[in-house]
Amino acid sequence: MTDALFGRLDLSSLSIWHALQDPTPSELVAAGAAMAVILGGLGVLVLLTWFRLWGPLWRDWLTSVDHKRIGIMYCALALIMLARGVIEGVLMRTQQAFGLDGGFLTPDHFSQLFSTHGTIMIFFVAMPFIAGVINYVMPLQIGARDMAFPVMNQISLGLTATGAALVMISLVLGKFSTGGWANYPPYTGADFQPGPGPDYWIWAITLAGIGTTLSGINFAVTIYKERAPGMHFLRMPIFCWTVICTSIIMIFALPPLTVAALMLAADRYLEFHFFTNDLGGNMMNYVNLFWLFGHPEVYLLVIPCYGMFSEVITTYSGKRIYGYMSMVYATMSIAVLSFCVWLHHFFTMGQSANVNAAFGIASMAIAVPTGVKIYNWIATLFRGRVRMTVPMIYAVGFFYLFTIGGLTGVMLANPVISYQVHNTLFLVAHFHNVIIPGVLFGLLAGYHYWFPKAFGFRLHEGWGRAAAVLWIVGFSFTFLPLYWLGLHGMPRRSPTFAEPSFQPMMWLALFGAALILSALTCLAIQLWISIRRRDQLAVPLGDPWDGRALEWSIPSPPPPYNFAVVPHVTARDDFAEAKAAGRAYAEPEAYEDIEMPNNTAIGLIVCVCSTLMGVALVFWIWWLAVLSLAVMLLALVGRTFHTRNHHVIPAARVAAEHRAWLAKVQAATAVDRLQETHTRNMGRAMPERPNRTEAAE
Amino acid sequence: MSFRQASIITSLLGCLALAACSGSGDTFLMPGGPIAAAQRLELLKILGWTMIAILPVFLLVPILLWHFRYRNSAARYTPDWDRSSVLEVLMWGVPLVIVAVLSVQLFRTTHALDPYKPIASDNPPLRVEVVGLDWKWLFIYPELGIATVNELAFPEQTSVALDLTSDTVMQSFLVSALAGQIYIMPGMRTKLHFLADAPGRFEGENTQFNGTGFAQQKFRAVAMERADFDAWVAQVKSDGVPLTAERYAVLADASTGAEAQKRMAAEGLPEGVIHFSSVEGDLFDTVLHRYMHGTPVPPSAQPGAQEYDPQTEAGEPTQ
Repeated sequence: MTDALFGRLDLSSLSIWHALQDPTPSELVAAGAAMAVILGGLGVLVLLTWFRLWGPLWRDWLTSVDHKRIGIMYCALALIMLARGVIEGVLMRTQQAFGLDGGFLTPDHFSQLFSTHGTIMIFFVAMPFIAGVINYVMPLQIGARDMAFPVMNQISLGLTATGAALVMISLVLGKFSTGGWANYPPYTGADFQPGPGPDYWIWAITLAGIGTTLSGINFAVTIYKERAPGMHFLRMPIFCWTVICTSIIMIFALPPLTVAALMLAADRYLEFHFFTNDLGGNMMNYVNLFWLFGHPEVYLLVIPCYGMFSEVITTYSGKRIYGYMSMVYATMSIAVLSFCVWLHHFFTMGQSANVNAAFGIASMAIAVPTGVKIYNWIATLFRGRVRMTVPMIYAVGFFYLFTIGGLTGVMLANPVISYQVHNTLFLVAHFHNVIIPGVLFGLLAGYHYWFPKAFGFRLHEGWGRAAAVLWIVGFSFTFLPLYWLGLHGMPRRSPTFAEPSFQPMMWLALFGAALILSALTCLAIQLWISIRRRDQLAVPLGDPWDGRALEWSIPSPPPPYNFAVVPHVTARDDFAEAKAAGRAYAEPEAYEDIEMPNNTAIGLIVCVCSTLMGVALVFWIWWLAVLSLAVMLLALVGRTFHTRNHHVIPAARVAAEHRAWLAKVQAATAVDRLQETHTRNMGRAMPERPNRTEAAE
Repeated sequence: MSFRQASIITSLLGCLALAACSGSGDTFLMPGGPIAAAQRLELLKILGWTMIAILPVFLLVPILLWHFRYRNSAARYTPDWDRSSVLEVLMWGVPLVIVAVLSVQLFRTTHALDPYKPIASDNPPLRVEVVGLDWKWLFIYPELGIATVNELAFPEQTSVALDLTSDTVMQSFLVSALAGQIYIMPGMRTKLHFLADAPGRFEGENTQFNGTGFAQQKFRAVAMERADFDAWVAQVKSDGVPLTAERYAVLADASTGAEAQKRMAAEGLPEGVIHFSSVEGDLFDTVLHRYMHGTPVPPSAQPGAQEYDPQTEAGEPTQ
């Protein structure tokens, strides 16, 4: 009876139960994490009730289809998960620093840590952060009012949140997979890991993966169909070009992962034999499918960050991007090549030298367009007026560290070297070396750059600088020693080691991890202080950085409809051109009614139902799985019968709001770039005079 | 800014300095044979060639950031300059040439160092069959009729030809100082060749995570002079026990080398090492075909599986 009701869920599934039975340090760490999830969740519920925030939360956020709010929710999810991912990383570094004597974590606990750390950082930090920034910025840059499919956008967010929720629930109920973020069978098959761990991974990845595919479709269609008049493809900001490339990857690369995960599920639940040892199963088919997703995935992550660096470097150099066409060609080449190199993740499988050479050369070829992009950014600095703001500090870290990552990437692209350093800490160092300086620094630069747009006030500059420097130095101390350890043959995923000469490098890496933890703390303090001092940091007029693209031509935060009148674009960097020509901030001849989509709870229903379904499938609670799937499908079908999905904002209201803002802009004093980080910066930029020297003379 | 750059440079230099006084010899950076030496040379060549593309970045970034800083009113400012044909050619051309050179190099060495390619040597090659188990290595010497756990001995200046498979989940076999790694997968045979220039002891390991004993799955690869090797073989024959189906079933049960050594009561050997004086049947072939009979294999008969039971395994008729 209890089996029918609760499946394989019982008291021993609670990680706290284990700690009570067997209070070792490893179990106490696990129980502490579980308590943090439970108390954190309860704390949020209490605070929401205490401050009576349930209403605003429901109306303004959970049921909103506004791309800006959805974007912010994605970023919030990513930052929460980033905190967990970093703490796990620091725990692993601590374990390895003491790993010569065995450390304090059991091997099983350590393997859960590296599995959740990888899964979280890729799928629930990098991906939602990127989806969040794209959601927020891209429609503003192309002059659109919302995504092409606002409701589907909400569903994508719901499915991503489901995946993250499942990983968080695994801290409290049962345990996560120990098979790493790639979850290779047969180790993760039913014969070798019969417990709920790999099932958590499967459902978290499958559900979030479907969400990401839908996001890709949404981004691509939005760019194809929703551009403002005159916004030709070759007038779009580089960031939008990177979004097209990323969307293509999302659409074509995520399905192999979803399929691989579902095939693994078929093996585990239905006794199929796709990847088992017996009856003709072949784990290398999984490995092929996984990396057919996995390699494009890393470009899915880094390409939009290239776009963010392009925006940041042009704005803070006060210049056009150098080599726009080169940038477009280079980005597109990277997106296409990213599908042609997956085999370099397993050069060591035993295939012929010709196959390895072909994939090795294809992998190295990606270095060409990537190099072009780096040179283009450097040329963008040339004859600019460069301000070393927080995003530019991240960009400098990126220039140096990402280039080192690229160098080791060229090494790993060579099968001969890969034979030696594959599966070692060299590989771990390499992919952190491209993902942290490339993806995370790009995202943090973008976070500082667009935060004032989203909230109407800047982030505190001093704490931001401290965090940026700590990230860069902390990264260097944590990951550069791992190259050395990998070259000396230390395998990745080892909780312990026997070689005493590894010890000093492990301590250096732990020191770096402590710096990274401080960097994260600085970011939290910065956010707190910036919210406290939001009046001094306010930039309501919308253009704090002398921006170049359309998103800076509207108030901060923007109204729900983004643009009072859809802009007519006449040039690349349209807003910069308009400011230079004195055309900016002109009152339009006429205002029109604006039709906007209504709020809906469908995304939230999908999120709750799919989370329940995920937990039910993990613990074999079949009735709940069927019930939640049925409710979700009924809600989706029911939604299609709902026909009045729009409301109209009258032209008079739009005109009044817009005129009030224009009046404030006209009344405000424009500030020059020396006062960019000063309280006087209200978001109206003084045009940069091209010939400052001559004028001064 | 200077603080940041200084700290990056310091940390890089620190790494290099520590790398220079490396203590461990179990790496291809201190090669024990021609394959690993060629791999190290390849690494250095790539390092050299890519510097042509990388050094300009390292040098130009600080120079440009300093010269074109906002407060330097002497610097030229050309906000609309965004193209130069000469630069375009250089930016695309230089990386393209470097990648082309490296591609030719890559094609040649990938073929030359193909792990499946036998290594030319004056001495006749030694064949060894490797079975990866949870969490130990079984080495079978088919021509000598002996087998060992976690100890791979071979004569110097002799091509060692390995056939590898796994009798559990997937693993990866690496002896860094001698040659690169190769995956070992259940039901599949991969190959690897290496040669040691001189007598020496090298660490070998599994690099593909396979459970709680993963970090302990190391073995000693020992290159010996020919006479010492013959003496070693004789010693294994005299102090070892026969590797029967029953003993193999116990050996295949998930355990580290040290645990297996205890269970087999193989005393007087280095930790984790077991010697077998003879091998029953064609063990490697049996393992290779374990899953290839077209019938389901229950977890109780799959070494490494949670429900694996050595009793079932030993009782199963060999086909």
